[in-house]
Parts: sequence; structure tokens; C-alpha cells
Amino acid sequence: MKKRFIGIVLAVFTLFSVSAQQKEIRVLLANHPYGEILKAAIPEYEKATGVKVNVESLQESQLTTKLTTEFATKSSTVDAFMTRPLQEGKMFYKNGWYEPITGYDFSDYPKNSLDVAFFGNKAYIVPLVTEWEVLYYRIDLLKKAGIAVPTKFTELEAAAKKLHSSDVAGFASRGKGAAAVTQLSSYVYNYGGTYLDKGKAAFDSKEALEAIRFYGKMLGTYGPAGITNMSWENIMPLFQAGKIAMWTDASVFYGQIIDPTKSQVAAENVGIANFPAGPKGNTPFIVVSWGMSVAKQSKNKALAMDFVKWATSKELAKRAMLSNITMARTSVWKDAEVRAKIHPGLISTQEYAAKNGVPYDRPYMSAVGEARDLIGEVIIESINTAGASPKLEALAKEKAAAVNNLLEDTGEYGVY
Amino acid sequence: MALLKKQGNFLERNLHIIFPLPAVIFVVVMMIFPVLYTFFLSFTNWNLTSGMPLSIVFFRSYQRVLKEPRFLAALGRTFSFTVLAVFVETVVGMIIALILNRDFKGKGFTKLIMLLPLVSTPVAIGIAWNLFYDPTIGLANYLLTLLGLPKLAWTGSESTVIPSLVLVDIWQWTPMIVLILLAGLASISSEPYESARIDGANEWQVFWRITLPMIRPTLFTALILRSIDALKTFDIIYAMTGGGPGYASETLNIMAFKYSFEYFRMGQASVILVFLFLLVLLMSLIIVRFQKSVEM
Repeated sequence: MKKRFIGIVLAVFTLFSVSAQQKEIRVLLANHPYGEILKAAIPEYEKATGVKVNVESLQESQLTTKLTTEFATKSSTVDAFMTRPLQEGKMFYKNGWYEPITGYDFSDYPKNSLDVAFFGNKAYIVPLVTEWEVLYYRIDLLKKAGIAVPTKFTELEAAAKKLHSSDVAGFASRGKGAAAVTQLSSYVYNYGGTYLDKGKAAFDSKEALEAIRFYGKMLGTYGPAGITNMSWENIMPLFQAGKIAMWTDASVFYGQIIDPTKSQVAAENVGIANFPAGPKGNTPFIVVSWGMSVAKQSKNKALAMDFVKWATSKELAKRAMLSNITMARTSVWKDAEVRAKIHPGLISTQEYAAKNGVPYDRPYMSAVGEARDLIGEVIIESINTAGASPKLEALAKEKAAAVNNLLEDTGEYGVY
Repeated sequence: MALLKKQGNFLERNLHIIFPLPAVIFVVVMMIFPVLYTFFLSFTNWNLTSGMPLSIVFFRSYQRVLKEPRFLAALGRTFSFTVLAVFVETVVGMIIALILNRDFKGKGFTKLIMLLPLVSTPVAIGIAWNLFYDPTIGLANYLLTLLGLPKLAWTGSESTVIPSLVLVDIWQWTPMIVLILLAGLASISSEPYESARIDGANEWQVFWRITLPMIRPTLFTALILRSIDALKTFDIIYAMTGGGPGYASETLNIMAFKYSFEYFRMGQASVILVFLFLLVLLMSLIIVRFQKSVEM
């Protein structure tokens, strides 16, 4: 009896010590195509290193919520995670939730993509995925109407007017306040404006207001009904159902709108082109939409850092590129195998944006969530009045003052 | 041995404390602590975007929230959403319950169908209704055009978004009222009805003088449960509009969520939740008081 008892105790003890020896890390990923690539590849990593990787995947805003709650309550066991540099980077850095990335070779990344990865002279985020604004259009509809692909805002407006009917909306872009801020940014840049200038709100400037009015006029006149409650997830099904002729949005959606299992519009009828130029040239946004970081409070920093290096490696980036995920590394865009496989429209628009684009698509600040809602109010007012609102300027001034207050509250006013 | 006996005595003497203890611990940890902590946070300026540790500012967060025009709008909206939804649900629920209380073929099947909205996942409901409401490709506008009516923007317009959301709430929650009322109706004995018929009462008199007074306690229970739930509605609105267009469907719960997880103003988000807590408490008290005054 006693012997058996000792035996059991010993067995339990060995079991525990074995599991204690097994190295483990906890990784939080986004529900993003790259997250899927990583999840599929993780067994290879586990086999090669012997480290067990516990993965959780969350939708992007839930990922921010989860990370914030875990980090803020200082109870987190997260070791590495996917992060959105423009949305949460500043706040996470300020709260000290990112561990500095050391010993990483950043030479393969375009300089402007590193703007959001560094704070001071230390890197905290490794850029992963990039996206830029493009124009999607229906090749068949443009051809039928005898219109060339718009390259300027004036041509965009003329084309939308000609293509707009009771059955098909001539033009669409995000209209849902805060969600519209990112896609509006390229319009603002091409009118010569910006959201923040030298750490102060600047979307009430003459140039920015012209852009907001143009955006409102386009969506209010030629947009689908109910556009002020529509983000990309509402516009995409309409485009796939053949109800939209032209659509400006981020390049990431190209794969889904030419997927024959998801769209009623034949892939050969869907075109992708450079974002049209405005009165002040053409500088669409090209941003790092996702990066990867190590958590400051991680107890396995060395393991986490090793994982991040593997997860952001050139090999995996190439694998992702072959499934049409647009990566931030420069070298993968030059890879012959990739260029043979990836859609030429993505290559040409990426080249243009990488050369001319702006690395921000929203006000880059800690309180970005609230600032986006404030700018969103101005956008919705402009759409509701088709750009003609007499009180738009006053409203923009009021909201700019509110954004300046936010910048002051967070100690970022005038800091750049 | 003596020790064991002593222990046994201790347990036996204190059973009335020991048995409910797990439930008490659960309530304290999972319910009372979060409420108290929210109250505590509402007196701080905890804001994650500033990167500063929290400090106690007493009523300053309250001042800032009360000065925010969005807050009063959200408060009013929470109230009107609840009143509109619960009113229609009660009236429609009553009618359906009276119909289902009669005997007819396929009654069991009808009851089963009625249950479906209750057991569906809210986010799935939201996505399905969003497709239904889509102004361009949605079924709702197709039905309107079949009837020769003008198309609506549904959740896409500030003027129609609240009624559209209320309709979803009605679709989902009327069955609950029906179920509760059916239970109440089943408990009424048939005797008063028989004597009323002998006295020559018509259907309306029977309903007004017998059915309604007799199921009043059940009706008030349903009202309280539904009102508390409707005041706290979050999932449907979050999944369908996120409070938009603009802030046109932002209720207190949605606003508190945005303040905490999009603006990271934890202190002020707690203030909003304290107000929501008080609103729910107040509404329940009013209904209970009203119930008492009716019963006297």
C-alpha cells in the first residue's frame, strides 16, 4: 500500500518536472491572413527549437482590448504579439508595454516603414505587413461607358457621375466616421493638407477642408445609400455583388474581391490602379498595418525575441507574399518567384506608393481612437450635405481644438 | 477522536454559515467587488493614453462627463430605446401569448419557432440583420419596393437607426415576454371565466376584468426583467452599428465601451457605468413602486 502510494507520488512528480522543463511561450495573433500563415508554420518552429508556442488569435480591436487589459492589470503572461503601430504604438510605448528589439537587422525595411517602429533610437516593433490606398474599379463598366481609368480627382468625379445609376453606385469609400479617417487621409494629402502638423491638429486647414468637402461630395452624391454607417466590411459585399463601379480603399482587399468563390463579379472585370492625383500631386498613404513585438513583462524574453525574429523572417515573408499578403520587407518584392506569382497590379501600385507615399494614414498620437471619432464627425457632416455644409469649417475648427486638447492631455502637443 | 468529534460539532453548529458560503463568496468576488471597483475608478483620472499612473480626483471625472453633450444624448437614447422596445414587446407579447393560450393545431410547433430568436447568438443576429437592412442589396428594402413603398436607409441614417435597432430587439425578445406570460396564463383557474361567461361578459370584458388582473404579477416580473436587460443592451448595437452613424445609436453602454477600450479613459468610462447602474436601479424601483400602487 505504502509502496504504491510512493510510486504514484513519484510518477506525478516526474510528470510535473517534465512539463516544467518544456519551454513555452504565449503568442497573441490577429485574425489576419498573416496570422494564418504563422499559425500554419508554427509546428515547424516548435520542431526546430523544441519550444512550445501557445497561440491565441483575436479580431484586431479585440486584440488591442485584450492586450490593454492584460498589460494594464499587470497580470499578463503574453510573450510576443502582433501589434498595429499606428493605432496603438504610441500608447503601448508610453505605458512601457513594448520590450526594445535588440540585435535585429532592419536593413531590409524601407526607411519610412521604420518611422513607426522606432521611438528615440530604439526599435520596439518589427514591421510585418504593409498596405496602401488604391482605386478598385470595374473594368467592364468603365469600358461600356467609354471612360479611361481615372488618374486625377477631376476624372474620378466625372467617371463617378457617368457610372452612377439607380442600380450601381458610381463610387464608394468608407463613410463610417472614425473608420473613414484612414481612407480620407490620401485625399487630404493630395489636396496638400495633413491631419497633424508639427504635433498640432491641422485638419481644419483650407487644404484639408477642401479634401473633406470633396470626399463628402463624392460619397453624398455618388455613394451607395447608408454610406455613413459603412466601413470596408459593408462596402466589400456590395462591390462583390456588382453594385459599385469604383472604390478607394486599402490594397489588402484585392485578394478577396477577385476571389471567384466570394464574388459575383468575374475577376477579369476587377481592376486595381494607383490612387488618383489631387491638385497638389499624388502622395497616397503606405503604412505598416501590422508589426510584431515582445512584451515588456514577459518572463521569457529571449525565447520571445527568438520567436519574433523567426516570425518576421524573410522566408516567412516570402511565403506570405506568395499568398498575396503584402509584406513590409523590401527584398521579397524583388524576388523573381514572388513577382511571377503576385498580381502585377499590386506590384505596380506598391512601387508607386513606396516611392511617393506618406507613412501615416491617421493622426499619429496616443489618443488616436478618440481623435478619429472627432474627425469622423466632420466627415459625416460633409457626406450628409454632399460637401456643401455651411458649418463644416466651424465644426472642423471645434474638433481640431478638441484634438489639440487630447494632445495636451497626453503631453504630445507641439511634440513631433 | 475527540478532536474529530469536536470538529463535527463545529460543522454542525455552523451549517447555516458554511452551506451558503460558496454562493456568498461568488457574489462578493464576481459581483460586489467589480461594482465597488467601478465606483472607485470613477473617482480617478485613470487614462492609459497619458501613460501616467492613476490619481484620485474625486468628482472631476463626473464633471467632465456631465459636460459632454454626447453623454446626455446617450442617456436619453438609452431611456427611449428601452421604453420603446419594452412597450412594443409587452403589447405584442401579450397578444401572442393570448393567441398561443388557445388550443389549435400546430401549437407546439409555433411555440418552438418562437423560441429560436431567444437562443440565437447576438452577434450572428446582428450580422444577419445588417444584411437584411442593407439599403442596396438587403431584403428589407426589396420588401418595401414590393409593397410600393419608398426605400429606407435603416441603420444607415441617423433618423431611422434607433427604430431599426428597436425592431431587432423586439424580434429577439418578444418571445421571452410571451413565454413568461404563457406561464402566468396557465396558472389561472378556469372558474372565473366560466362564471363570467354565464353572466354574459364579452371577450374584451373577460380580458380586462379577469385575465389582466390575474396575470399582473407575472406581467410586472416580465417588465422588470426586460427593462433591465434593454437598458443594458450592448451586443446587438455593437455588432450592427457600433453606435453610429456618428453617435446616433450610442447608448450609455456603448459609450462606456468606447471610452474604456477605444479612448482608454478608464476613469470617465467608470463614471458612465455608475450612471447606467443608477439608471437601472431607478427604473427597477419605479416599476416595483408602480406595481405596489396598482396592487393596493
